[in-house]
Amino acid sequence: MSADEPVLSLSNVDVHFEKAGGGLNPFAARDTVRAVDGVNLDIESNDVVAIVGESGSGKTTLGKTAVGLQNPTGGSISYRGQDIWQAKGWRSDPEIPFEEIRRSLQIIHQDPGASLNPNRTVLSSLAAPLKQWQPDLGPEDREARILHFIERVGMSPPEDYAHRYPHQLSGGEKQRVALVRALLMNPDVILADEAVSALDVSLRVEMMDLMLELQAEFDTSFLFISHDLSNARYIAEHAGGRLGVMYLGELVEIGPAEEVIQNPQHPYTKVLKWATPELGVNEGPTEPPVRELDIPDPVNPPAGCRFHTRCPNATEQCRQATPDVTAVGNDGRHRVACYRSTDDDAYWNSTPLDGAEK
Amino acid sequence: MSKTSSTLHERQSSNGTADSGSTGEDIILECRDLSVAFEMDRGTSRVLHNVDIDIRRGEIIGIVGESGSGKSMFASALLNAVVDPGKTSGTVTYHPSDDESDPVDVLGLDKGPLRTLRWEDISMVFQGAMSSFNPTMDFREHFVETLDAHDYDVVEGIERAEELLADLYLDPDRVLDSYPHELSGGMKQRALIALALVLEPEVLVMDEPTAALDLLMQRSIISLLSDLRDKYDLTMVFITHDLPLVTKLADRIGVLYAFEFAEVGNTAEMVENPRHPYTRALLNATPNLDAPLSEMRPIEGSAPDPVNVPAGCPYHERCPMATADCEDVKPPMELVTDTHEVACHHWRDVDDEVPLSVGVER
Repeated sequence: MSADEPVLSLSNVDVHFEKAGGGLNPFAARDTVRAVDGVNLDIESNDVVAIVGESGSGKTTLGKTAVGLQNPTGGSISYRGQDIWQAKGWRSDPEIPFEEIRRSLQIIHQDPGASLNPNRTVLSSLAAPLKQWQPDLGPEDREARILHFIERVGMSPPEDYAHRYPHQLSGGEKQRVALVRALLMNPDVILADEAVSALDVSLRVEMMDLMLELQAEFDTSFLFISHDLSNARYIAEHAGGRLGVMYLGELVEIGPAEEVIQNPQHPYTKVLKWATPELGVNEGPTEPPVRELDIPDPVNPPAGCRFHTRCPNATEQCRQATPDVTAVGNDGRHRVACYRSTDDDAYWNSTPLDGAEK
Repeated sequence: MSKTSSTLHERQSSNGTADSGSTGEDIILECRDLSVAFEMDRGTSRVLHNVDIDIRRGEIIGIVGESGSGKSMFASALLNAVVDPGKTSGTVTYHPSDDESDPVDVLGLDKGPLRTLRWEDISMVFQGAMSSFNPTMDFREHFVETLDAHDYDVVEGIERAEELLADLYLDPDRVLDSYPHELSGGMKQRALIALALVLEPEVLVMDEPTAALDLLMQRSIISLLSDLRDKYDLTMVFITHDLPLVTKLADRIGVLYAFEFAEVGNTAEMVENPRHPYTRALLNATPNLDAPLSEMRPIEGSAPDPVNVPAGCPYHERCPMATADCEDVKPPMELVTDTHEVACHHWRDVDDEVPLSVGVER
């Protein structure tokens, strides 16, 4: 494996779910939910990528796919060049064993209360993965290591916290324990799926600061998933990472966090920016800059550009053809899938849809 | 449970309120000494403590606080809807819009009149729209049932419901014939707002009505609410933990800390010139798109226990400006301007001690 190879590489990943249905007729057409469609994403070592999107945009499915918890129905996902699902296959004899891949990709869930076993103390919850992966570690060493981590995430005295049960911890403390559990495995990538959304506003910055600090200290990469643009921006911009925007299963824009926020290219990114309240009283409430408030059903996503049903700038062309992902600027890091950032005459000469303007 | 109405009137006339209630403004809901307490094994838990506030007719007031600051209790107390074994004390007076009707002592109402008041005069919307509807009934039945129970004309009421749904960017025919599981969370939440308004109430109390929704839907509902207020002459009480969101909607904002108001003022003053160190900390702790990253910081410490609220200023344990005075003497509400008041001993010096980091033009 070469040094500049990405830790995780998703290429053209599709995840489609078949909905149960059709009643008793086995030949009835089943609906397919296209949760993730044609996503390309590389995560380097020491990288921070934040993904934002509405509910139903497929961001959680993308995250699960990225850490090898969800088998993609199309495309491939590889860890340091080794295809994850091939490694998991029977008698595959992979270069990197699946157990190592599994250990290297960790996850922090959204609900800190539900992700810890209520019948186990913090210490016993945290000891379980260590017993599994480092069986040669003695009980004293194991405990010392766990206590060190508990203290490191700001819960002191650690001896006190180690013997508590989850219900004796606050939401922020539970989420810290989940963070320790992920870090104990010394992972390469941690998926943080809405990891701060359930916390009180006043605690979110603190939790994100802690994640950033540990990210730098342990050389871990983070895939941070959120519906909140300001949280995503906070963590991605602090780490000098990237910000990606998902809409109905597609990654419509991705680039350096600061650039995406300051210079959004996709109309949907602009809509998300509008939706993120800023402090200030200069302007009164404004009309939502979308033609349709509700997100379409991912079962039958609109043809062409999927955003055309809501986009304020959609034309006939958007309804018929899907825009390619193109680079904005010269370094190619900021990419967007929208006709508006191209010179394509097919878009610029096309008539706007009802209620839209170019 | 509450005072009789005769003592209520005496109290009103004698009360030189801190909350500009005596300036002859058009008040619709008046709270005095409003407290809620729960008896627990380890002591009395006071989850709302001597709150005095006036809600003016036609305004949107935002009530902001962390989890456990008493904001939901405030909503329940306004409607005399605190669940057992909670005890509500103090007074809530509702002034109907027509001049003939007498003021209503909300906490003293019997069951029947209280039910009438709750839907027809003061209506409420809770956070969990998902669980507010009966899954076996379609939306039309929900509207019909509500209209029937209050002896309203159903045909007229459904017409009003259709208009309300259209105002909320929903397709009335589709929604009325759908069952709750057939709509998305954002659509259900909007249908719930329409249901709350179908009996033409004067006041709409909303407790975290958008917290479970996506940002885009939150922000859209916020702008729809503002249109609804103008169209139907409503008064709104909007309770949330999201300070930036509420600045887009509210005329006034009240910040609750430790079960009482720390600061109340017009939105512009609260954002541009907050005087309470807690309000500033809250503003500084909120991630937002404009502020320089280096200046966002968390609030140290944690919110106080309702059984054991610190003496003196309840914020002194977390406050960087706290002095010996703050530990002993509870700061009274002081007027900063006519439309802005704060409970802090040191509000005049707050600029030096707790600078405001958010990228707001001053």
